[in-house]
Amino acid sequence: MSAEPTPAAALHGAAREAPCDDAADGRLTIAGEVLASRLFLGTGGAPSMQALDRAIAASGASIVTVALRRVDPSQRHSVLDVVRRHPVRLLPNTAGCFTARDAVLTAQLGREALGTSWVKVEVIGDERTLLPDPVELLDAAEQLVADGFVVLAYTSDDPILARRLEQAGCAAVMPLGSPIGSGLGIRNPHNIAMIVEGASVPVVLDAGIGTASDAALALELGCDAVLVASAITRAQDPEQMARAMALAVEAGEAARRAGRIPRRFHAEASSSFAGLADLSAVSEE
Amino acid sequence: MSGPGAITLRVNGEDRSVPAGATVASVVALLAPSPDGCAVALNGEVVQRGAWAVQGLTDGDHIEILTAAPGG
Repeated sequence: MSAEPTPAAALHGAAREAPCDDAADGRLTIAGEVLASRLFLGTGGAPSMQALDRAIAASGASIVTVALRRVDPSQRHSVLDVVRRHPVRLLPNTAGCFTARDAVLTAQLGREALGTSWVKVEVIGDERTLLPDPVELLDAAEQLVADGFVVLAYTSDDPILARRLEQAGCAAVMPLGSPIGSGLGIRNPHNIAMIVEGASVPVVLDAGIGTASDAALALELGCDAVLVASAITRAQDPEQMARAMALAVEAGEAARRAGRIPRRFHAEASSSFAGLADLSAVSEE
Repeated sequence: MSGPGAITLRVNGEDRSVPAGATVASVVALLAPSPDGCAVALNGEVVQRGAWAVQGLTDGDHIEILTAAPGG
């Protein structure tokens, strides 16, 4: 098995250590399930069900998330009809919940509606920031784990909270790069690298991705996967952006495994100075 | 207002008058074209699908019928 860069190495370029990866063949595994892609897709924000359908196909995503909302009798085509055409795992979320109680009940309804015990637990503090409420989140995660759920926790980029969620039994932690839908990318790469360093469950960068390079950076920092919603669904061409994200995730993962060079203040020539010709003009005497 | 033999429920945020013998299953059928992909909370507790047909309702009950919607 080849040595792999540590998260610190991924951030700064440094010495290498033993791998901290999942499946022996290098594929992502969550709760014992091998996932074919490190790109997860959120379904919110697409201009149409047709656009979403094409974006899912182009993304090659292994996991697709949905929210739970009141049945709309006027709605002809459900997002489920679209998602079920693709070989993906459906992941219900608890988006819109402000309390642990609501998140737990929503998760239970998702399990009942969709026949899966996997849940992306999300408990937000307010509508303006949509940032996680850490107290309610941890409470919800503990209750859901006790209730037999496979819990993937949407969390802030706080390494200590990520650790507490892992200790609570979460199957994956999903730190944000920046606020949901902001497209601001990864505002604190150092924290993400620290979360990766401390985690022994998969780390999925969730929220804030704006474009493909943000997704590549997440993987370069050592994240095991990224979840992208708005950056794809609200792109001018969602299908093309889905393809770009798939390539970015693949490139970022390959780059992480390859091990980046250290950052340097000054230049270091890649062409050796040894054997350099003396091309100074012959003195004209 | 409920007439004789009818009860009023709060279903997905709206008042609905239904026959007194209504069950969760019959209320779901009013709103959802198919029960597939749906889940029900009755007064803040999940009602498992297997119990829908037998779960009776009383006047003033709150029912939420949810399904998957686009979301991240």
